[in-house]
Amino acid sequence: MIRTTRFYGAQMRHALVGEMQYRTAAFLLLVGFLFEPIVYLVVWRSIAESQGGAIGGYTAAAFTAYYIVWTLVRAMNLALTPYVWDWRIQRGRLSEFLVLPAHPFHRDLAWFAGTKFLWILLWIPVAIVLTLTFRPELSPTMFQVVSFALVIWSGFVVRFLILYLMGMITFWTTRASALFEIVIAAELLLSGRLVPLSVMPSWVQSLAAWLPFKWTFQYPIETLIGRLDNGDILFGMFMQLAWVGILGVSLALVWRIAIKRYTAVGI
Amino acid sequence: MGQSVHVEQLRRVFKVPVRQPGLKESVKALFKREHKEVVAVDGVSFDLNPGEVVGFLGPNGAGKTTTLKMLSGLLYPDSGTVEVLGHVPYKREREFLKRMALVMGNRTSLTWDLPPLDSYLLLRTIYEIPHADFERRRDAYVELLELEELVTKPVRNLSLGERMKVELAAALLHRPDVIFLDEPTIGLDLTMQRRLRRFVLDYNKENGATVLLTSHYMADVVALAERVIVIHHGRILYDGDLSGLSTRFAGEKTITITAADMPEDLAGYGALVDRTADRATIRVANTDASAVAAKLLSTFDVSDVTIEDPPIEDVIERVFASGDDEA
Repeated sequence: MIRTTRFYGAQMRHALVGEMQYRTAAFLLLVGFLFEPIVYLVVWRSIAESQGGAIGGYTAAAFTAYYIVWTLVRAMNLALTPYVWDWRIQRGRLSEFLVLPAHPFHRDLAWFAGTKFLWILLWIPVAIVLTLTFRPELSPTMFQVVSFALVIWSGFVVRFLILYLMGMITFWTTRASALFEIVIAAELLLSGRLVPLSVMPSWVQSLAAWLPFKWTFQYPIETLIGRLDNGDILFGMFMQLAWVGILGVSLALVWRIAIKRYTAVGI
Repeated sequence: MGQSVHVEQLRRVFKVPVRQPGLKESVKALFKREHKEVVAVDGVSFDLNPGEVVGFLGPNGAGKTTTLKMLSGLLYPDSGTVEVLGHVPYKREREFLKRMALVMGNRTSLTWDLPPLDSYLLLRTIYEIPHADFERRRDAYVELLELEELVTKPVRNLSLGERMKVELAAALLHRPDVIFLDEPTIGLDLTMQRRLRRFVLDYNKENGATVLLTSHYMADVVALAERVIVIHHGRILYDGDLSGLSTRFAGEKTITITAADMPEDLAGYGALVDRTADRATIRVANTDASAVAAKLLSTFDVSDVTIEDPPIEDVIERVFASGDDEA
């Protein structure tokens, strides 16, 4: 346990130092993230106002809060994509990880976790500008704030596991990008990334309940904007943990088979 | 003491997709994909003793790197036994990984955008190197390899040779007992090649580490290894002393004599390789070398004579050629 903590601490520090080399690029990427939620925000505010003030239980001000928190959750959710796995497998770059006495999964997870601290720091001015511009409806309780601080991390771990598991496909076929696009499209609809799920048809909501995506996007957002009571928040935490368990065990099993197929080409 | 490395009947086959060029073949491949089986390593067996430095030689595609990958746990073998320091490499047990290092001349394991010192700190945690040991080793390597100017620059700003130096220091920070070096001097200038060889040799002497080295530069092998293993078409052609390689495969020696009274025609002594006014180099069969030298000494007023094996590059070429004949 102490060894793992030390390792995560060192790897996260290392990642943060590395990310700070490109702080301007990170900030521009974050600003780039703004386009997507601002489009959603403007569209759904207009629809809510035209529907008599609310749609799916969301007022214009609630939509505003949703999409401002969205920007942070999106940044927190960034994870290692299967594109990187394509590259690692095609070029044999996984070898550099495999010869070290630390599992590549932990190195990658700790790396991405480390970069989040810079993202959070860069998000603050962005959130201030958005708040002053769009005037959201946001007055969370202390419990909601503390819960949000926890569940954005567990949401990140769930999404990281989903993408990591997809990355394993590259051990069988080195071009998994097409599948990745399909999953991203599904995530867009079923996670609350495009729009809160309460606005979607009931069958989409039912489907989303059986999948992990909503626990990585909508759930953290709604935890902070006051759409969930304390019981819902605790249930969400349980669901996130359950998905971490399911995805983690699946990844461990797939990894054991996948790694035997690694040919370390290109070196 | 047991062996550091034990390899027995190791075999690895790759299934490689093949296709003729052109659009028609491309379309055909959409429906029916053809594969070819390439036997990269074919029943290789050898042992390495603790502290040994062994050169692993072979032409491109001979199976050297595939063997190294299996020894370092990157690849699963199809069959055969492989043990390194008592561990099965492909299981990648923590204790095994902490005691070995793989250095690839064309690769870096250091973080591209950060100075090597940052990566060294991370390695200290990953390998759980005690603080004092880490600082002592790091400072010693920085001094020995003259890294002062390099360790504070981002890795991406370093030249290939500079990267190789900082990479080697990184690979040895945890003081591995077994080191696999794949083309460690590739792209380095002569001075740096020599310094790197010296460094590896000193490390080997000081720590009793086992070193398996592949290189296309014979100077690396001659300077570092007393024993060589020659592999070709996935099979071992020779495993033994470097000197024995010449005896077995060269079959010839060169005699160079300096004498003022030598006649123009020396055909009776052997094949003339080089000739100046008072100096001649003759190639003769191994078995005839002593007799020819004695005859030259007794016939002419010789001021200098040397008997040498042919250059090791020539010998290696012959070994590979013999492998081609067998294949």
